[in-house]
Amino acid sequence: MEVGQLQRSFVEFTESLFREGFLDAQFCQLQQLQDENNPDFVIEVVSLFFEDSEKLLNDLTRALDQQDVDFKKVDACVHQLKGSSSSIGAERVKNACIAFRNFCDELNIDACLRCLQHVKQEYLLVKNKLETLFRLEQQILAAGGAIPMVE
Amino acid sequence: MAAQVLDVGFHVLAVDDSLVDRKLIERLLKTSAYQVTVVDSGIKALEFLGLLDEEKEISGSNHQQVVEVNLIITDYSMPGMTGYDLLRKVKESSYLKDIPVVIMSSENIPSRINRCLEEGADDFFLKPVKQSDVNKLIPLVPNSFTGKPIKNHEQQQIFSSSTCKRKQHTDEYLSPTLRRKRYNQIFS
Repeated sequence: MEVGQLQRSFVEFTESLFREGFLDAQFCQLQQLQDENNPDFVIEVVSLFFEDSEKLLNDLTRALDQQDVDFKKVDACVHQLKGSSSSIGAERVKNACIAFRNFCDELNIDACLRCLQHVKQEYLLVKNKLETLFRLEQQILAAGGAIPMVE
Repeated sequence: MAAQVLDVGFHVLAVDDSLVDRKLIERLLKTSAYQVTVVDSGIKALEFLGLLDEEKEISGSNHQQVVEVNLIITDYSMPGMTGYDLLRKVKESSYLKDIPVVIMSSENIPSRINRCLEEGADDFFLKPVKQSDVNKLIPLVPNSFTGKPIKNHEQQQIFSSSTCKRKQHTDEYLSPTLRRKRYNQIFS
């Protein structure tokens, strides 16, 4: 595919991510922090987010699987996940975590299990979207083009 | 041997238990060309500031290099020692109490914010932290760091005692530099 086409796909795809609420303005903050001296900043932060999230989701699965669910622990994990998703601009994951915390307060195991499924779904969606975005960037660079700025 | 004071520019100590947030705050602070040290807990912050071993005097037996901390920015909710606990410890210390402390929190709880401000915090940032928040730190940087002539004599007096001298630590306290990963390695 030629560079122009790749760049157009990139712009359309990025715009859709914001429009569909996968990403919010905080993601733009990350992009603005990337420059020639820190060319991999966004990927680095997002990779940390993936690492962190996967650990938290495993912890949550385990915590909700116990005979006696420790809701304090569940809440603490969701709080952390909410924090890191908010810091990178993963809006839908963050919102799923907010809903989750409300059910933790109610000590409602079934609702929490449903919330966990929802958070996992949103996480996998945004992970997939971001990986696609990074792949598109790589293709543009490999074809000798520059990554377009998306407002 | 006398302790040597290293001149490292305006030095910020950032404290946060979140991996993602540590990465973000470090980068944000570096855009303002601050010297940055990042730690993952209140206890490590106290260790870095020399508060944990106040009893042991800086001995003359080794060359102790001393690095100043000019600002502390800390997350509020951390396991063990909270940012509020850390704030209190700093403000209770005779030689650290004038260091400006900024608290960060993902939760907008007015009573929490007021409590921190009353305890002596200079500012409170709501997470996620952005560039505009970090720009608010600029007034806390004395003119002596920017090389500009000192305009406000009173301001200079406030900050002249705000430096903390403590032992220089090894790389343990420096934020790990991430290896640059190639795209295909991340997604394998």
